[in-house]
Order: sequence, then C-alpha cells, then structure tokens
Amino acid sequence: MTNKHTLEKRGIRWNEYFIRSGLGLCTLSSVVTTGVIIYILVKESLDFFTEVPLMDFLFGTQWVPLFEPSSYGVLPLLWGTLVITVGAAFIALPVGLASAVYISEYASPKVRTIVKPLLELLAGIPTVVYGYFALTFVTPLLRSVFPGFNVFNALSGAIVVGIMILPTVATLSDNALRAVPDTLRQGAYALGATSFEVTTQVVVPTGLSGIMASFLLAISRAVGETMAVTLAAGATPSLSLSMQESIQTITAYIVQVSLGDTPAGGIAYKTIFAVAGLLFVITLALNTLSQWILSRYQAEYD
Amino acid sequence: MPNSENTNLKKTGLYKDNIQTRRRIAALFQYFCALVTWTGVFLLALLLYQVSVDGIQWLDMQFLSSFPSRFPYKAGIKSALVGTFWLITLIAIISIPVGVATALYLHEFSRKGRIHKLIQLNISNLAGVPSIVYGIIGLTIFVRGLALERSLISGALTMSLLILPVIIIASREAIQAVPMSTRHAAFALGATRWQTAWAHVLPTAFPGILTGVILALSRAIGETAPLIMIGALTYVAFLPEGPMDSFTALPIQIFNWVSRPQEEFHELAAGAIIVLLAVLLIMNATAIYIRHKTEQKLK
Amino acid sequence: MNPQTTPEASDSENPISIPENSVLDLQKVSISYSGNPAVNGVSFPIAEHKITSIIGPSGCGKSTLLRSLNRMNDFVDGVTLDGQILYMGQDLYGNDIDPVALRRRIGMVFQKPNPFPKSIYKNVAWGPSINGYIGSMDELVEQSLVQAALWEEVKDRLHESALGLSGGQQQRLCIARALAMSPDILLMDEPCSALDPISTAHIEDLLFELKSNYTIVIVTHNMQQASRASDYTAFLELGNLIEFGTTRQIFTVPQQKRTEEYVTGRFG
Repeated sequence: MTNKHTLEKRGIRWNEYFIRSGLGLCTLSSVVTTGVIIYILVKESLDFFTEVPLMDFLFGTQWVPLFEPSSYGVLPLLWGTLVITVGAAFIALPVGLASAVYISEYASPKVRTIVKPLLELLAGIPTVVYGYFALTFVTPLLRSVFPGFNVFNALSGAIVVGIMILPTVATLSDNALRAVPDTLRQGAYALGATSFEVTTQVVVPTGLSGIMASFLLAISRAVGETMAVTLAAGATPSLSLSMQESIQTITAYIVQVSLGDTPAGGIAYKTIFAVAGLLFVITLALNTLSQWILSRYQAEYD
Repeated sequence: MPNSENTNLKKTGLYKDNIQTRRRIAALFQYFCALVTWTGVFLLALLLYQVSVDGIQWLDMQFLSSFPSRFPYKAGIKSALVGTFWLITLIAIISIPVGVATALYLHEFSRKGRIHKLIQLNISNLAGVPSIVYGIIGLTIFVRGLALERSLISGALTMSLLILPVIIIASREAIQAVPMSTRHAAFALGATRWQTAWAHVLPTAFPGILTGVILALSRAIGETAPLIMIGALTYVAFLPEGPMDSFTALPIQIFNWVSRPQEEFHELAAGAIIVLLAVLLIMNATAIYIRHKTEQKLK
Repeated sequence: MNPQTTPEASDSENPISIPENSVLDLQKVSISYSGNPAVNGVSFPIAEHKITSIIGPSGCGKSTLLRSLNRMNDFVDGVTLDGQILYMGQDLYGNDIDPVALRRRIGMVFQKPNPFPKSIYKNVAWGPSINGYIGSMDELVEQSLVQAALWEEVKDRLHESALGLSGGQQQRLCIARALAMSPDILLMDEPCSALDPISTAHIEDLLFELKSNYTIVIVTHNMQQASRASDYTAFLELGNLIEFGTTRQIFTVPQQKRTEEYVTGRFG
C-alpha cells in the first residue's frame, strides 16, 4: 500500500478504451459509406467511359442507350432534370420565402404553432404520394384547361416537385429569419419604417445567407427527386422546350433501367452509374455551396 | 378635432408625405404573404382530401388482409404492410445504434480538430445524396456484391445507409443541447467520459434523439426509389418469414398501382396511401408530442 | 438654469417641479402585460430641449415606460396602456394617430447597439430614405455623423460594414441614425449599459451637445450618469412614480425617503 496522498499513475482504462473504439468504429462507417459511394460510381463510370468517350457523353444530344443504334449523349436527361428543377424552383422559392416571412414576421404565435407543423407534415409526405397527386389531379386539371398536354408532361412534374420542396424552403427560411435579432427590427421600426420596409430591407437581407442556403438545399432535392417525376413526367429523353411534352430526368432514367430487364454488366447497365455519378456531382456541388454560404456568413451578426 | 391632430403630426419640410402609400404597400404585402402560406396549407388539405375521396371506399379488412392481385376487387396490401413492418424493424435495429454511437463519439469523445470537422462535413453531405444513388449502391454492394439478393436485409441495409446521416445529425443536435455544466459536474466527481455520457448526456438527450429517430424512420417508410433499385418485388403473394426472404413494401405497392393505367388501380393506390399516411401521421404526431413535452419541461 | 419649482396640486402629495415648456405630458399612464401591471398611473412632463432621466431599480418599469413614448410597445403582444401621453397636446395613442409616422418624430436609441448589417452610410441614410427624404443625402449623413461625434472616425470608411465598428462607435452610429431623422424627441434606453467607461464618457459628452437641439429622455440605472447628465429626473419603483423633479432636487434634497435611499445607493 502506498501513501494515501500519492496520486494514481496514468493507465489505460480498458472498458473505456473498448467503448471508445466501438463508437469510433461506428463513426468510421459514415466515412466508409462515402468512400464506397465514390468508389463504385467512379469505377463503374470509368468502365463505361472506356466504351463511350467522355465528350460524347457530356455533349451528345441523343440519349438512346437501350436500343440499337445506341447513343449516349446525356444532354437530354440533364435538360429534363433542369426543366423540372427550374420549374419547381419557380414555384417553391418565392412561395416558400413568402410563407417564411408570414410565419416569422406576421403570424401570431398561435397560428405559428399550427402552420409550422403542418408544413413539416407536408415535407414528410413520401414522394410517391406526390406522384399520385400529379397523375390523378394535376395532370387531369392541366389537360382539361390545355387539351394539348400529354398524359406525361414536364409541367405537371415541375408543379408537384415545386409543392414538394416548398416546405423545405419555408421552414429553413423561417429559421433563418427568426435568427435575425429582434433589436434590428426594433431599430428599424424606431426610425418610422413600415413592416414591409423592415421585412424587405432589414430582416430578409440580414437572413439572406440562411435563405440562400435553404434555396440551394431545396434545388438539390428537386434535382435528386425521383418518384414524382418518374410518375408525372414520363420517360422520353428530349431537348424539347415545351412543358406539355413528356421528358425524362436523370433519376427517372435510372428507375426505368432498374425496372426493365437490362442484364447486369452490359454497357446499357453501366449507363446508370455514369448518370448517377453526374447526379451525385451536381447535388454535392449544390449542397457544398449551401453549407459554404452558411458557414461563411453565419458569424456576421449575433 | 381629429383632423387637425393629423395635420399636426405630419412632417413637413424636406420629407415627401408618402406614409399612406407605404402603409398600403405594407398591408398588401402582409395579405400576400398570408395568402400564399394558407394556399400551401390548402394544397396539403386538397391532397389529403383527394386521396381520401379516391381511396376510402377500398379501405376494409379485406383490403388489409389480401395479397396483391390482377383483379382490383380482390387485391390488398397484406404483404406490403407486413413487408414495411419487417423493413422498419430491421432498419431501426441497424441504424439507431450506429447513428447514436456516431453522434456520441463525435460530440463526447473525438478531438475537435480538422478530422472531426471533415467527418461532420462528410455526414452533412451524405444527408444530401439523392436516395436513388443509395439505391444504386445498395444494388451493387448488398444485392450483388454480398449476394444478399432482393431480400429484406438488402433493403434494410440500403435504407439504413440512407437515414444514418439524418439520425446522426438529429442525435448530435440533441446531445449538443445538453448543457456543458452537466458534464463538468460529472467529470469533477471523477467520472470517465463514458460514465458521463451514459449516465448524464444520453438520458438528457434522449427525447431529442427519439424525436429525430422517429422522423428518420418515417422518412424510410415512405422512400420508394432505393427499394425499386434493389428490386423489391411488386408481386409478392406470401409473407416474409426472415430477413433473407424477398419482400414488397407499401410505397412499392403504391408505385406499382399508380403506374397502371386503369382507374381502379389508382383508387387502390389511394387506399394504400391512406394506410401509409396514417402510419406516418402517427409517427410524426408522436415525435411532435415528445418535442412539445420536452420543450415544456425545459421551460 | 433651474426652472421654477411649484407644488403640484394632484393626487400625489409631494411637490413636483414643473418645467415651463413640455413636449410630452404623461398623464396617469398605466401599462400592463397581458393583465400584469408594469407601470401604475405615472404622470410627469418632459421638458423641451432638456434631458430627462428615468431612474429606478431594475424591473421597475422604466424601459416599458420609455418604449410607450414612441409606441414601440405596440410590437409586444398583450400590452395595454391606460391614461394619456400628450405630444404637444395630442394623444399619442389617439385612434387617428399613425404610429409609424410618429416614430419619425420620436426617435430611439436602444440598450445594445443594433446597427443594421449594412454599410455605415446606409445605416444613417436608411431612415430618411424610406421616409421620402428629398434633400441631399450625403450632407445629411455627414451632418448626422458629425452631430454624433463619429464623423472623424468613420469618414474614410463610410461604405464599410457597420459591424466592423467598436461597440462604442456602433452606439454612436445608432445615435447618428436616429438624429438623421431630426426627431423632436430622442429616447435612450440605457444607451451605455453595454459599453466600456471611455465610450460611456464619449456618449455623455454627446448628450450635452445634443441638448440644445433635441429633447432627450434617457433611462439609466447608473446614478452618476443621471446626476451628471440630466436636468430632470423621474424615480420609479415597482411601476410607481416615487418622485419627479429637477435632477439637483432629486439628488440633493429628495422629498421621499425611498428616493433618498436609492440615490445614495442604499438599495437598487
């Protein structure tokens, strides 16, 4: 026995060590996941690009991978994705921001506690349900107003995707607006400003980074959205400008291949890795930009 | 003399008198924002109404207890419902421990350096990867690579990858919300990090973690694209008995029925959507209730 | 210098010094937050081109009272006000009074500096520009910054973000921002509580200079500040006006025991 005033020497606490390692291993799984995603997409895409030149893929205007003579120009799929995304953004960004302004600046606390969960609920509805909504409600409505519309059309897809990403914009922008310190609003009101001036010239500019981040995140969702566009917009890769016609997005194409009987290993099968890689890069860029904006401007005010 | 009072309060001199116009703009803007918001809520109501009107007539015990069929009046969602429950149980078993452990490690154990930051960044990026990409990964790794075929376990592993980042982020937020003073109090009594985390951090963060987990699982229930990718079957006239069995799930069944041209199948889809939304609503309501309860306690 | 002091015939028994020219008259003002009274039947005048300070222990309702003077309490749910606040004889809370237009004439500086996250120039110019100012904006901005004793420090970086200024500079910017509207009355809610002693001295010097052109009402719980800077002082406790008079009177010959105890620092 040593003197009771002697401090214990440092040693390894084994159970602490094992627990720590176990938890660390779990953490590693997320890193591994990223590694695997990138590895698979890159490896299979490289395979694909040994057979199809990268330039033909990126700038070709014909996407006919499943039939002879085949052609692997991805532009029509990109165009389809772009049409849906821009259309959806056109609806969701202004409407979502206006809703955020209403919830954060105008609604009474009571209304707020009702509307915010409702919007979150709207965000939780599975995308396949939005697909149903598009096919059984939006499309028939469009066709009864404009008889020229195809059963599968870009506009219907864009509308439901817009409705789908609206809650994302609204709730995240609301958070951004609510983070604007109240003292700024009071400062502005004390100068004789109206609520409109306070909101548009002080509150929204101050929360702009959060709002932009929410926009980018919502756009990224729209780009990656699959079921609603597969059901609503159809499976016709095209560079058409018309919102009445069927188009095909990157995601819808992947679904089409997986539903068909394309044999694994063939070039047609490998196309899904190439287009998925493209999708991954686009959404990653949007998300990274969104995070960058947030971290860059977050510390500006407190 | 209200009028003279008004004139008296009017600023003269270098200012234009524009207050009336400005007030009108402000009022219009307010109405506009309110209108837009309530339109969104109205759309939600419309969507739910539409689905209910279409699907309610098919909702009966026979619908819940029959297998899918070529004949609409014979078809049901028994295998889909059972498949969904199997799936969600497996997902919960896989993703909750890993997700919470990760969040705990990141906040309580890891050194907050460059690597820590990179891992955080990596996780938030994973949360933004489209679900269909996870489907492709699941197809390549689990279905083909590990030869798990189109089984429940393939589906559950794929979905777990998908919702892990969501669980990690939600758990991390809940763990972060535990006051530092709690940890310091435990450390000062000679507790190790794990003892502190297990006895103080986790119990305090539990409601927050639970809310996040429920919301993540409810997302998994509705996800369709990854299941289609890994090839969950649409026609399954038997019930899975173990994780290695093939399966179908509610969203797959819905997708299958919606993509058929016949009106009756659309109505069947609506019926299945009602069931799916009911499950989701219960889960969401539970999450909101827990959150509300905790917020009140904190006050 | 000292206005005459005459006993006031009112429900309060203590003699009250009445300033000759008042721009604001508080008459039995009571304010409550959803039923909970914060200010009870307070009456006193605000003298033109003088500094009136409102003192009292924290929670006594002094900030609430100050905020009622330009209707900033309108933004707090459940606030009700009884009694009258007369601005040149007109009730501030009259049905036909526009609170937005009112705030052009009665400006406010807040407890913590709250510059907008915009450039220094825009911070000053924003109020006049939304209110339809048609004179030369550059001149107005310069003049306001000069008045707020900030011009020399910022004239070379007018278009840089106001958030880059120090706390004391930010607060002077907020004063300049309020002055740019050339208000009749300037309300200041503990403007120095978030500042260091040097910045505080700066702002107190500023108060003296502004006095000739503006009527100032300042809430403070800094006794020295009140006694140094103000002409009149109102002492509030638990929502009640305990005493109102010239600052000298309040600090040298207070009529009420509570006032004496407070100003000599025995509680608060």
